Amino acid sequence: MITVSNLKKSFGDKTVLHDITNEFYPGKCNLIIGTSGSGKTVFLKCLVGLFEPDSGDIFYQDQSFTKMAESERKELRQQIGMLFQGSALFDSMTVEENVKFPLDMFTRETLSQKRKRVNEVLERVNLKDSNKKFPSEISGGMKKRVGIARAIVLNPKYLFCDEPNSGLDPQTSMVIDKLIKDLTIEFNTTTIINTHDMNSVMEIGDNILYMYQGYKQWTGTNKDIIYSKDEKLNEFIFASEFLQDAKQMRMIEMKEGQNNI
Amino acid sequence: MNFLSHLGKFVITMRGMFTKPENGKMYWKEFMHQCTDIGVGSAPIVLIISLFLGAVMTVQTAYQLVTDLIPRTTIAVIVRDSLILELSPTIISLVLAGVVGSKIASELGNMRISEQIDALEIMGINTKSYLISPKIIAAMLMVPCLVALSIVVALWGGRLTGELAGILDTATYDRGLREDFRPFNIVVSMSKAFTFAFVISSVSSYFGYNVQGGALEIGRNSTLAVVVSCIIILLADYVLTILLLNA
Repeated sequence: MITVSNLKKSFGDKTVLHDITNEFYPGKCNLIIGTSGSGKTVFLKCLVGLFEPDSGDIFYQDQSFTKMAESERKELRQQIGMLFQGSALFDSMTVEENVKFPLDMFTRETLSQKRKRVNEVLERVNLKDSNKKFPSEISGGMKKRVGIARAIVLNPKYLFCDEPNSGLDPQTSMVIDKLIKDLTIEFNTTTIINTHDMNSVMEIGDNILYMYQGYKQWTGTNKDIIYSKDEKLNEFIFASEFLQDAKQMRMIEMKEGQNNI
Repeated sequence: MNFLSHLGKFVITMRGMFTKPENGKMYWKEFMHQCTDIGVGSAPIVLIISLFLGAVMTVQTAYQLVTDLIPRTTIAVIVRDSLILELSPTIISLVLAGVVGSKIASELGNMRISEQIDALEIMGINTKSYLISPKIIAAMLMVPCLVALSIVVALWGGRLTGELAGILDTATYDRGLREDFRPFNIVVSMSKAFTFAFVISSVSSYFGYNVQGGALEIGRNSTLAVVVSCIIILLADYVLTILLLNA
């Protein structure tokens, strides 16, 4: 579990995160949603230590991440996997070398053990027979899957995904979402996903945090979100007329259903 | 102010390299990879430039020594000392600032922009140490080797041109090369090569590692890395020459 308390972050005069307090649970897909510029990415980067918060605290279980020594952070980071928006694969390495990299760096396993583990995770993300390909030779969806394979190769306790569906078609997005959800349940990881994608919100949003202009605006599940009365959240979720109509239809259906009963 | 800010950031970046490697084998692998990239990768251009450098030096020196009062061996002496003391270390380093420096800056810049450096950081790897230190150590090992290679090839180019152009025969040239030879000149040459190697690799790494923005900034920082490296090389050349030869 990751707990955040009163997190603040500013860049110069501009405060990007205002007093954020939240909890992210293991075995669940914890989603951070919000409009562009709402502070989602900064928040995620604070959680993984790429940005230092100005004040507040981040707890991984009971350990304070903000007060940790660099050596302790290094140890903890081996329990963290992260999928980046652009996958962040190493261009000069093949798919296999990319996935094997954390094993090479942090384990003393033999080459055959490492290869076995790499093949296991590549199979887990449905990427067999791509070991020798370079990132430039594979599609965006495959890159994301390689990114996930690299993130989970050390069996992390915490999985962070920054916009895992950006640039992907709806069908591939659903495959990626399902994969993240399955891995979260299978390994009981605390998964935190930063997304804009409403399909993801509805499909895998076990625990959702909606951010608005750097503030925590709303929290709940994907079941709560459709009936939320929060004006700003509704503006964000039902931004298109089509979705507004869909929501009204759903409300009418619900009402009629209740009347019939 | 801008200069001081860059200098401060440069020192912080360099200081950040000094930590215990997470895995010595992986650092060694990266170091060998950089040695191949910098050393073997730059060897062809160094060979070509050096060959012509020696050839042109021989012809120009002969052109300026028109009197019969000066023995022909003097041409070889002047070519040798000019190449060892100045031309090979400085010209080759300026070329390497372009070839190696821009490659280092754009490689690191691309890694920064595409979040590869962030990915390494999150894994718990000291990216300054893992990405920059192998480049600097490899450059400090390979650039002096390239300069030594350049001296040999340039002297051979001068010898070949002297013979082909009928300026002086190879026996006279060889006698000139051995005449009044000071081994200290090699020390000066290698001191310059070591210093310039550090300048090229560290300045380029600094500009590449600290890229912010997009593709445009990668190009801009790569150019800046080459320009700044060249200026510092020329300044360092002057300072080293004063310190080592003006005593």
